[in-house]
Amino acid sequence: MLLEIKNLHASVEGNEILKGIDLSLRPGEVHAIMGPNGSGKSTLARVLAGQEDYEVTAGQVLFNGQDLLEMEPEERAREGVFMAFQYPVEIPGVGNTYFLKAALNAVRKHRGQPEMDAVEFLKLVRGKMKLVQMDEGLLNRPVNEGFSGGEKKRNEIFHMAVLEPLLGILDETDSGLDIDALRIVADGVNTLRAADRSFLVITHYQRLLDYIVPDFVHVLVDGRIVRSGGKELALELEEKGYSWLEGMAPERAAAQPVGA
Amino acid sequence: MPVTETETAAGVDRYLAEFERFERERTAEPGGLRQMRRAAIERFAALGFPTLRQEEWRLTNVAPIVQGTFHRPESDPDSVSPDLIAPYTFDAAARLVFVNGRFSARLSRVGELPEGTIVASLAEVLAREPGRLEPWLGRFAKFDAHPFVALNTAFLSDGAFVYVPRGAVTGPIQLLFLSSDEGGKPALSFPRNLFVAGENSQATIIETYAGSGPYFTSPVTELVAGPASRVDHYKVQRESLEAFHMATFQVQGERAAAPSSHSISIGGALVRNDVNAVLDGEGIDCILNGLYFGDGRQVVDNHMRVEHAKPHCASHELYKGVLDGKSRAVFNGLIHVHHGAQKTDAKQSNRNLLLSRDAIANSNPQLEIYADDVKCTHGSTVGQLDEDAVFYLRSRGIGAEAARSLLTYAFASDIVERIKVEPVRRDLEEFLFARLPMGEVVRQAV
Repeated sequence: MLLEIKNLHASVEGNEILKGIDLSLRPGEVHAIMGPNGSGKSTLARVLAGQEDYEVTAGQVLFNGQDLLEMEPEERAREGVFMAFQYPVEIPGVGNTYFLKAALNAVRKHRGQPEMDAVEFLKLVRGKMKLVQMDEGLLNRPVNEGFSGGEKKRNEIFHMAVLEPLLGILDETDSGLDIDALRIVADGVNTLRAADRSFLVITHYQRLLDYIVPDFVHVLVDGRIVRSGGKELALELEEKGYSWLEGMAPERAAAQPVGA
Repeated sequence: MPVTETETAAGVDRYLAEFERFERERTAEPGGLRQMRRAAIERFAALGFPTLRQEEWRLTNVAPIVQGTFHRPESDPDSVSPDLIAPYTFDAAARLVFVNGRFSARLSRVGELPEGTIVASLAEVLAREPGRLEPWLGRFAKFDAHPFVALNTAFLSDGAFVYVPRGAVTGPIQLLFLSSDEGGKPALSFPRNLFVAGENSQATIIETYAGSGPYFTSPVTELVAGPASRVDHYKVQRESLEAFHMATFQVQGERAAAPSSHSISIGGALVRNDVNAVLDGEGIDCILNGLYFGDGRQVVDNHMRVEHAKPHCASHELYKGVLDGKSRAVFNGLIHVHHGAQKTDAKQSNRNLLLSRDAIANSNPQLEIYADDVKCTHGSTVGQLDEDAVFYLRSRGIGAEAARSLLTYAFASDIVERIKVEPVRRDLEEFLFARLPMGEVVRQAV
């Protein structure tokens, strides 16, 4: 297992948002998490990335067999967890490429790889930019500053491509994207799919899953996974809406045994 | 601790007595200068040291200066080893070095300059041809309301005189003021600088203040930016952390001049920078930027006063501060638009980043506008690092400390980038890399 989430409970400011999540990802799998607004999808992503606003009150998360929740956010990143933000942060004064080089070298150092020099790095970056059709001008700008919504999301996928994580978490990466931008982002992700890389794709809409076809779909309602299935579950949801599942008793993810 | 009245009186008396000794040493001086000194010391005697009850000083307590004992230097300024100045100097068109306020010919170097350009010790010019300074010296930095300008004028004896004639363009001119104690006696110095840029001339002047141990230095610099001149002024204040630094920079702008000032304030225990610009001709474009760092118990006070005296002038001020430990910063920015100064375009911005709970920043913008067709804006902020940005950087693998340092650097970077003299900019960058935790990561990432 790459990721094992067991009975995860998490709160923010005393309100319980996640009420017992069980989920496992094998290397190479793409899992989609769908659910209505406020169901806890983004909370799940942020808890996995290590955002400190959320308090884990119960449960366990293992990443490659290690206790993920014990790790600082930067350790998680270095171990191979990457979250593409729903709202990428603008950071005036920090150049996009320079920052990314520092990040990549932090990751490489952790993995016992030698640091990359500027020339090697630039070569790498040029190749990765093509994945998401990034404009070269965006490289030399401060991180996300003045980027359009689509450019920010592409920049996230670009960062992911450079950092080559084992687990990519896409937190509503499709929100606010027009169909062309969505296709570019999805193509980028699809190129990154690999036998040793898994994805957790969090989305409100089925549309993204037309382009990033998941192996499994889970439906999150009120902090619990109420239904799991194959990619056809997304289509069913599209047809029937979330109200169909709301109020449903939680069920264990059927697609794979948990804690087995 | 607020200073008692007895202590203040004793402090003032010490300077008055010192002045009597000082004046007796100076025999062959022109009468005009003597008169100005007299007027200044009398004014100081009347004003006394500033107190917290005075509006202009209500947040900056100068008690440590009032209570301290400082000595006018006695040792030979040429006796300082060149190794001591090496960390602060760079390859400039001309470099003057002052040790505890006195010119060192041995450490100074004036290369080739455009014809008619003067870069010299003020003491030498005063001795040789005082009439040369007459039209400007002491005419702009007013001492009637400012005790430290009064003291500086009373004790005026050395500093730099830079004169750039009409149409001339000079390379960077560096003025280094090095201070220290002398055999355990904290030094007292009153550097006095006069820069005159002729019509349509261009100059870059860098004042650097540095030193070791406890001392008190109180410089006054007057800049006369002639018609259509362009003067880029930099002041790098990296005094010892035990030093007191009370400075005034006075800009007099004439028609279509473009003076700029970049004030970097890093060192000193207690620092005050008064920057006053009088835009006294049409079409002046004045830029006043500043960056200050505080840590420990450092106090840094920047007092700006921009006077729009004539129409069609622009002034842009951007001051940023980074405060850590128990440091404290004051920013007071006054823009005064005179009656009839129409089409004034004045912008002022002060931003403070607090890195600790105990650091304090006071920001006080003031507008006084007596014309009706003007554009004046001001903004001031006091805030902390954006935690979302910290998390974003960490989520990409950057360590927590490095992320904070990177964002701190980024906060300061727009001032750093405006420094056009490369060695000055590089020095500041190096300072930041050394000062910020995990500075090596920052070096890589910017």
